[in-house]
Amino acid sequence: MPLDQSFVGRSWPPTGPYLVGREKIREFARAIGATDAAYHDPEAARALGYADVVAPPTFPVAITMSASREVVADPALGIDYSRVVHGDQRFAYSRPVVAGDALVCVNTVEEIISRGGHEFLTTRTDVTTEAGEPVVTVWSKLVVRGEG
Amino acid sequence: MAAELAPQTFRVTRADLVRYAGASGDFNPIHWSDRIATGVGLPGVIAHGMFTMALVGRAVTVWAGAPDAVVEFGVRFSRPVPVPDTDEGTEVVVSATVKEVTDEGHTRLSLTATCNGDKVLSMAQALIRKR
Repeated sequence: MPLDQSFVGRSWPPTGPYLVGREKIREFARAIGATDAAYHDPEAARALGYADVVAPPTFPVAITMSASREVVADPALGIDYSRVVHGDQRFAYSRPVVAGDALVCVNTVEEIISRGGHEFLTTRTDVTTEAGEPVVTVWSKLVVRGEG
Repeated sequence: MAAELAPQTFRVTRADLVRYAGASGDFNPIHWSDRIATGVGLPGVIAHGMFTMALVGRAVTVWAGAPDAVVEFGVRFSRPVPVPDTDEGTEVVVSATVKEVTDEGHTRLSLTATCNGDKVLSMAQALIRKR
Protein backbone atom coordinates (compact mmCIF):
# COMPACT_ATOMS: atom_id res chain seq x y z
CA MET A 1 0.00 0.00 0.00
CA PRO A 2 1.46 3.41 -0.91
CA LEU A 3 2.43 5.67 1.96
CA ASP A 4 0.31 8.74 2.61
CA GLN A 5 1.95 11.54 0.57
CA SER A 6 0.25 14.17 2.71
CA PHE A 7 2.89 13.44 5.39
CA VAL A 8 5.62 15.09 3.27
CA GLY A 9 6.72 18.33 4.94
CA ARG A 10 4.97 17.52 8.19
CA SER A 11 6.87 18.12 11.45
CA TRP A 12 6.10 16.87 14.91
CA PRO A 13 6.38 18.80 18.19
CA PRO A 14 9.76 18.56 19.98
CA THR A 15 10.28 15.35 21.96
CA GLY A 16 10.92 15.49 25.69
CA PRO A 17 14.59 16.09 26.48
CA TYR A 18 16.98 13.12 26.32
CA LEU A 19 19.64 13.48 29.00
CA VAL A 20 22.94 12.20 27.60
CA GLY A 21 24.74 10.23 30.31
CA ARG A 22 28.48 9.70 30.59
CA GLU A 23 28.01 5.98 31.16
CA LYS A 24 25.72 5.71 28.11
CA ILE A 25 28.40 7.24 25.91
CA ARG A 26 31.01 4.90 27.41
CA GLU A 27 28.69 1.91 26.87
CA PHE A 28 28.07 2.89 23.24
CA ALA A 29 31.78 3.46 22.61
CA ARG A 30 32.63 0.07 24.14
CA ALA A 31 29.95 -1.60 22.01
CA ILE A 32 31.54 -0.30 18.80
CA GLY A 33 35.08 -0.88 20.05
CA ALA A 34 35.96 2.83 20.05
CA THR A 35 38.80 3.36 22.50
CA ASP A 36 39.61 7.07 22.02
CA ALA A 37 40.19 8.58 25.45
CA ALA A 38 37.74 11.45 24.81
CA TYR A 39 34.85 8.92 24.65
CA HIS A 40 35.73 7.49 28.07
CA ASP A 41 37.76 9.92 30.13
CA PRO A 42 36.31 13.35 31.06
CA GLU A 43 39.83 14.76 31.54
CA ALA A 44 40.79 13.78 27.99
CA ALA A 45 37.59 15.37 26.67
CA ARG A 46 38.25 18.57 28.68
CA ALA A 47 41.70 18.74 27.08
CA LEU A 48 39.88 18.97 23.73
CA GLY A 49 37.64 21.74 25.06
CA TYR A 50 34.51 19.77 26.05
CA ALA A 51 32.74 19.77 29.40
CA ASP A 52 32.58 15.96 29.58
CA VAL A 53 33.10 12.85 27.43
CA VAL A 54 32.13 13.25 23.75
CA ALA A 55 30.07 10.72 21.80
CA PRO A 56 31.24 8.81 18.71
CA PRO A 57 29.81 10.08 15.40
CA THR A 58 26.93 7.59 15.08
CA PHE A 59 25.82 7.87 18.74
CA PRO A 60 22.90 10.21 17.89
CA VAL A 61 20.91 7.29 16.43
CA ALA A 62 20.56 5.92 19.94
CA ILE A 63 18.43 9.04 20.53
CA THR A 64 16.84 9.65 17.13
CA MET A 65 15.76 6.09 16.38
CA SER A 66 13.34 6.03 19.28
CA ALA A 67 12.39 9.67 18.70
CA SER A 68 11.41 8.96 15.09
CA ARG A 69 9.16 6.08 16.18
CA GLU A 70 6.36 8.65 16.51
CA VAL A 71 6.59 9.10 12.74
CA VAL A 72 7.15 5.59 11.41
CA ALA A 73 4.71 4.01 13.85
CA ASP A 74 1.86 6.40 12.96
CA PRO A 75 -0.82 4.10 11.53
CA ALA A 76 -2.05 6.92 9.28
CA LEU A 77 1.30 6.91 7.43
CA GLY A 78 0.79 3.24 6.58
CA ILE A 79 4.22 1.64 7.17
CA ASP A 80 4.37 -2.14 7.60
CA TYR A 81 7.43 -2.17 9.87
CA SER A 82 8.15 -5.85 9.20
CA ARG A 83 8.96 -4.87 5.59
CA VAL A 84 11.30 -1.99 6.48
CA VAL A 85 15.03 -1.99 5.75
CA HIS A 86 17.46 0.82 6.42
CA GLY A 87 18.38 2.54 3.14
CA ASP A 88 20.50 5.61 3.85
CA GLN A 89 21.80 7.36 6.92
CA ARG A 90 23.39 10.78 7.18
CA PHE A 91 24.57 13.12 9.93
CA ALA A 92 25.51 16.80 9.78
CA TYR A 93 27.07 18.00 13.03
CA SER A 94 27.25 21.46 14.52
CA ARG A 95 29.28 19.92 17.35
CA PRO A 96 29.68 16.48 18.93
CA VAL A 97 27.16 15.24 21.47
CA VAL A 98 28.63 15.67 24.97
CA ALA A 99 27.66 13.97 28.23
CA GLY A 100 25.34 16.26 30.15
CA ASP A 101 23.52 17.49 27.03
CA ALA A 102 19.73 17.55 27.31
CA LEU A 103 18.67 17.06 23.70
CA VAL A 104 15.31 17.52 22.04
CA CYS A 105 14.37 16.12 18.62
CA VAL A 106 12.07 17.56 15.99
CA ASN A 107 11.08 15.03 13.34
CA THR A 108 10.08 16.02 9.81
CA VAL A 109 9.08 13.85 6.88
CA GLU A 110 11.22 15.18 4.02
CA GLU A 111 10.32 12.86 1.18
CA ILE A 112 8.17 9.92 0.21
CA ILE A 113 8.95 8.20 -3.10
CA SER A 114 7.47 5.14 -4.77
CA ARG A 115 9.82 3.31 -7.11
CA GLY A 116 9.94 -0.23 -8.43
CA GLY A 117 7.16 -1.34 -6.13
CA HIS A 118 9.00 -0.08 -3.03
CA GLU A 119 8.35 2.98 -0.89
CA PHE A 120 11.16 5.25 0.29
CA LEU A 121 10.61 7.45 3.34
CA THR A 122 13.18 10.08 4.32
CA THR A 123 12.92 11.56 7.79
CA ARG A 124 14.99 14.42 9.14
CA THR A 125 15.53 14.80 12.86
CA ASP A 126 16.86 18.14 14.07
CA VAL A 127 18.62 17.57 17.37
CA THR A 128 19.14 20.66 19.53
CA THR A 129 19.70 21.53 23.16
CA GLU A 130 16.67 22.57 25.16
CA ALA A 131 17.81 26.18 24.60
CA GLY A 132 17.66 25.59 20.85
CA GLU A 133 21.41 25.32 20.12
CA PRO A 134 21.80 23.09 17.03
CA VAL A 135 23.84 19.94 17.71
CA VAL A 136 23.27 17.50 14.85
CA THR A 137 20.81 16.90 12.02
CA VAL A 138 20.09 13.28 11.23
CA TRP A 139 18.54 11.94 8.01
CA SER A 140 17.28 8.37 7.70
CA LYS A 141 15.89 6.81 4.58
CA LEU A 142 13.76 3.75 5.20
CA VAL A 143 12.83 1.38 2.41
CA VAL A 144 9.46 -0.35 2.73
CA ARG A 145 9.80 -3.38 0.48
CA GLY A 146 6.86 -4.07 -1.76
CA GLU A 147 4.94 -7.32 -1.46
CA GLY A 148 5.73 -9.95 -4.06
CA MET B 1 47.17 13.46 3.81
CA ALA B 2 47.67 10.81 1.11
CA ALA B 3 45.00 10.36 -1.55
CA GLU B 4 44.54 6.71 -0.60
CA LEU B 5 44.30 5.97 3.11
CA ALA B 6 45.46 2.69 4.67
CA PRO B 7 42.52 0.23 4.89
CA GLN B 8 41.31 -0.77 8.36
CA THR B 9 39.85 -4.18 9.18
CA PHE B 10 37.22 -4.84 11.86
CA ARG B 11 36.16 -8.26 13.11
CA VAL B 12 32.42 -8.63 13.77
CA THR B 13 30.98 -11.47 15.85
CA ARG B 14 27.52 -12.28 17.19
CA ALA B 15 28.65 -11.04 20.60
CA ASP B 16 29.35 -7.64 19.04
CA LEU B 17 25.81 -7.49 17.65
CA VAL B 18 24.29 -8.36 21.04
CA ARG B 19 26.40 -5.69 22.71
CA TYR B 20 25.46 -3.14 20.03
CA ALA B 21 21.76 -3.98 20.32
CA GLY B 22 21.89 -3.22 24.03
CA ALA B 23 23.92 -0.03 23.68
CA SER B 24 21.91 1.39 20.79
CA GLY B 25 18.44 0.17 21.73
CA ASP B 26 17.97 -1.51 18.34
CA PHE B 27 16.57 -4.93 19.25
CA ASN B 28 15.37 -5.93 15.77
CA PRO B 29 15.54 -9.76 15.92
CA ILE B 30 17.14 -10.05 12.46
CA HIS B 31 20.32 -9.01 14.29
CA TRP B 32 20.24 -11.88 16.81
CA SER B 33 17.84 -14.64 15.65
CA ASP B 34 18.71 -16.90 12.70
CA ARG B 35 15.15 -18.22 12.79
CA ILE B 36 13.63 -14.77 12.28
CA ALA B 37 16.34 -13.58 9.87
CA THR B 38 15.92 -16.56 7.54
CA GLY B 39 12.14 -16.22 7.90
CA VAL B 40 12.30 -12.82 6.17
CA GLY B 41 14.58 -14.09 3.42
CA LEU B 42 18.00 -13.18 4.82
CA PRO B 43 20.89 -15.69 4.76
CA GLY B 44 20.97 -15.55 8.57
CA VAL B 45 21.66 -12.96 11.24
CA ILE B 46 23.03 -9.73 9.75
CA ALA B 47 24.83 -6.83 11.41
CA HIS B 48 22.90 -3.68 12.21
CA GLY B 49 23.56 -1.23 9.38
CA MET B 50 24.31 1.32 12.06
CA PHE B 51 26.91 -1.01 13.58
CA THR B 52 28.70 -1.19 10.23
CA MET B 53 28.42 2.60 9.96
CA ALA B 54 29.86 2.92 13.48
CA LEU B 55 32.90 0.86 12.44
CA VAL B 56 33.36 3.12 9.42
CA GLY B 57 33.07 6.07 11.80
CA ARG B 58 35.91 4.58 13.89
CA ALA B 59 38.05 4.32 10.77
CA VAL B 60 37.26 7.93 9.85
CA THR B 61 38.22 9.27 13.28
CA VAL B 62 41.49 7.29 13.10
CA TRP B 63 42.27 8.79 9.70
CA ALA B 64 41.27 12.24 10.97
CA GLY B 65 43.43 11.80 14.06
CA ALA B 66 40.70 13.19 16.33
CA PRO B 67 37.58 11.66 17.92
CA ASP B 68 35.51 14.81 17.29
CA ALA B 69 36.56 15.64 13.72
CA VAL B 70 33.52 14.42 11.79
CA VAL B 71 31.42 17.27 10.38
CA GLU B 72 29.26 15.24 7.98
CA PHE B 73 28.90 11.51 7.57
CA GLY B 74 26.57 9.66 5.22
CA VAL B 75 26.17 6.16 3.79
CA ARG B 76 23.80 4.02 1.77
CA PHE B 77 23.38 0.44 2.96
CA SER B 78 23.66 -1.49 -0.30
CA ARG B 79 24.14 -5.05 0.95
CA PRO B 80 23.74 -6.81 4.30
CA VAL B 81 26.68 -7.99 6.41
CA PRO B 82 25.95 -11.63 7.39
CA VAL B 83 27.54 -12.60 10.71
CA PRO B 84 27.91 -16.38 11.15
CA ASP B 85 27.61 -17.89 14.63
CA THR B 86 31.30 -18.75 14.88
CA ASP B 87 34.17 -17.52 17.04
CA GLU B 88 35.62 -15.76 14.00
CA GLY B 89 32.38 -14.13 12.83
CA THR B 90 33.20 -12.03 9.79
CA GLU B 91 35.34 -9.06 8.79
CA VAL B 92 34.51 -5.60 7.48
CA VAL B 93 37.29 -3.79 5.62
CA VAL B 94 37.05 0.00 5.40
CA SER B 95 39.07 2.04 2.94
CA ALA B 96 38.99 5.66 1.83
CA THR B 97 40.27 8.12 -0.71
CA VAL B 98 40.58 11.86 -0.29
CA LYS B 99 38.18 13.55 -2.70
CA GLU B 100 38.77 17.22 -2.02
CA VAL B 101 39.68 19.88 0.46
CA THR B 102 36.74 22.27 0.73
CA ASP B 103 36.82 26.05 0.86
CA GLU B 104 36.40 25.86 4.65
CA GLY B 105 39.50 23.65 4.84
CA HIS B 106 37.58 20.44 5.55
CA THR B 107 38.65 17.18 3.91
CA ARG B 108 36.07 15.08 2.07
CA LEU B 109 36.66 11.32 2.14
CA SER B 110 35.03 8.82 -0.18
CA LEU B 111 34.52 5.63 1.83
CA THR B 112 34.26 1.95 0.93
CA ALA B 113 33.31 -0.94 3.20
CA THR B 114 33.50 -4.55 2.07
CA CYS B 115 32.59 -7.91 3.59
CA ASN B 116 33.79 -11.10 1.86
CA GLY B 117 34.83 -8.90 -1.06
CA ASP B 118 31.35 -7.42 -1.54
CA LYS B 119 30.71 -3.71 -1.15
CA VAL B 120 28.22 -3.30 1.69
CA LEU B 121 27.94 0.50 1.43
CA SER B 122 27.59 2.86 -1.48
CA MET B 123 27.68 6.66 -1.71
CA ALA B 124 29.55 6.68 1.59
CA GLN B 125 31.47 9.81 2.48
CA ALA B 126 32.62 11.88 5.39
CA LEU B 127 33.65 15.48 5.80
CA ILE B 128 36.33 15.91 8.46
CA ARG B 129 37.76 18.94 10.16
CA LYS B 130 41.39 19.42 11.03
CA ARG B 131 41.87 20.50 14.61
